[in-house]
Amino acid sequence: MESIGVLMVCPSSTYLEQELSKRFSLYKFWTFSDKTQFVKTHSNSIRAIVGAAAAGADAALIDSLPKLEIVASFSVGLDKVDLIKCKDKGIRVTNTPDVLTDDVADLAIGLILAVLRRLCECDRYVRSGKWKKGDFKLTTKFTGKTVGIIGLGRIGIGIAKRAEAFSCPISYYSRTEKPELKYKYYSNVLDLASNCDILVVACPLTAETHHIINREVIDALGPKGVLINIGRGPHVDEVELVSALLEGRLGGAGLDVFEHEPNVPEELFGLENVVLLPHVGSGTVETRKSMADIVIGNLEAHFLKKPLLTPVV
Amino acid sequence: MANQSEEQNQEQQQRPIVMVHRLPTFSFSFANRLKTHYHLFDPLDSPDLIDLHRDSVRAIFCVGPSPVTSELIARYPCLEIIVGSSAGVDHIDLRECRRRGIAVTNAGNAFSEAAAEYAVGLLIDALRRVSAGDRFVRAGLWPKAGEYPLGFKLGGKRVGIVGLGSIGSEVANRLAAFGCSIAYNSRKKKPSVPYPYYAKVCDLAVNSDVLVVCCALADETHHIINKDVMTALGKEGVIINVGRGKLVDEKELVQFLVRGEIGGAGLDVFENEPYVPKELFTMDNVVLSPHRAVLTQESFEAIQEVVVANLEAFFANKPLVSPVQNE
Repeated sequence: MESIGVLMVCPSSTYLEQELSKRFSLYKFWTFSDKTQFVKTHSNSIRAIVGAAAAGADAALIDSLPKLEIVASFSVGLDKVDLIKCKDKGIRVTNTPDVLTDDVADLAIGLILAVLRRLCECDRYVRSGKWKKGDFKLTTKFTGKTVGIIGLGRIGIGIAKRAEAFSCPISYYSRTEKPELKYKYYSNVLDLASNCDILVVACPLTAETHHIINREVIDALGPKGVLINIGRGPHVDEVELVSALLEGRLGGAGLDVFEHEPNVPEELFGLENVVLLPHVGSGTVETRKSMADIVIGNLEAHFLKKPLLTPVV
Repeated sequence: MANQSEEQNQEQQQRPIVMVHRLPTFSFSFANRLKTHYHLFDPLDSPDLIDLHRDSVRAIFCVGPSPVTSELIARYPCLEIIVGSSAGVDHIDLRECRRRGIAVTNAGNAFSEAAAEYAVGLLIDALRRVSAGDRFVRAGLWPKAGEYPLGFKLGGKRVGIVGLGSIGSEVANRLAAFGCSIAYNSRKKKPSVPYPYYAKVCDLAVNSDVLVVCCALADETHHIINKDVMTALGKEGVIINVGRGKLVDEKELVQFLVRGEIGGAGLDVFENEPYVPKELFTMDNVVLSPHRAVLTQESFEAIQEVVVANLEAFFANKPLVSPVQNE
């Protein structure tokens, strides 16, 4: 397989880079300054693309690589891959489901606790050396609060199970009701937001879920409500979110993703009721290795004409 | 009008006296509620009345961790109960209470959930670098530095709970839902608990990736997390402390962290609060918190109920709601 050209479009894991270069002829797209020239030169040798949450394969890139057979993404979300185009051209697409479910669900709960209990603010306070005994603020307890989840897929269910251990009533919104689950279903996001204390975005990003958190939803959640986003940045109308937080119309937010990553609205930097993370939902040593192994496994299976491990298209 | 207020005054005088013991920096929000049933006497507000009340005080309400020394106890010969409002009662001279037969109550379960969820929050924060990640983003480093260093997975971790009381049990219930396996150490094995028991903390540490310290501070538990325990826990191990600072040998902990001989820590309590070792301020694998695990609106509402219920029970000669076993 050493002659097979594999194009990695963005950096994601050093381990993955090492393992890929042992097996394939690996090109790291981000190291080439003239991308157009690179594509021209290598268009006939690249048979696979390895994408990630930050970059994948859009229509233009797919069209410019006539020998492309497979897009293996180092992510569960495939919003950066033109799935319709891939389907039309018979290009296979894989993602890395399941292995990151626990980490993302853990982080969602971590964000809830960090926002409600002001963990980051506390840590900043102690590190500033200003801690004085008797100087305290009361925070809000998580245990028992109502958690609303948008998108009850693997990650959403993982969050629900964890929140249940904190005695939280769970409700959810998704396209269709899941009658096998005992959680309360709302057929629209607005009703869900009006009836929960903490709203967690855990659905895939599609045209329908773009800005699913808009001004109305934020106002329905209200000045005591907390928004958690561990999905994708464009799920949330970020301009509206920022103004709601600055105006005190929303109680707090825990954000692992942003609309224009790695850029984060600077207005948020001074707020103590927000927690801002650099997209680390699946960012653990253990899980990134499992994800890399799935990407490699999918590519090997494809080129050995075996069934793919985690096919999407 | 004069008569009425005299009447009120008289009525108040007839209510049982409760001495409020607090540090000047501590206050409590439900004085008005207590005043409807008790005649509150706060020596900080009226020091001139100490002699007057000396022989009539049977109950002390202790606000937060205000120290109750043997000298203070000796001042009130008729004292029968100290109603505490904290989970730990290491600030109360229990030996003297035992000698005098004075009952002591604590927060009971009022703080357990808040403290337990805080422990879970500190653990996720320490493993997944939440506070450090937030610091990274706020410093504007993301666009410059690119990828943020990876954290560690919580699922599958072996969590050892030091002190399986009401807080420890709540921690165990929560972490089980994250796919952690639970084991514990406490003075005695608890027959109704399904988790493996280790009689020695060192043995628990050898078999754990994480230690959550939430036992009471007593002579036997002082520095229960010492050098040997940290060595047994090992270089990827994480220590969470929501109990008391003195449960951990802080000097050793700092050294272990500086030398990278332990993986990380989440600390809500310290040996000499509010002093925190400066060496910790620059570490991203450490989360620091100013003793706030129990400080939620909800637990403050719950503690009022517990204090009121204990006072009521005492003055009605009924069983106390949350007595401290003082053997």
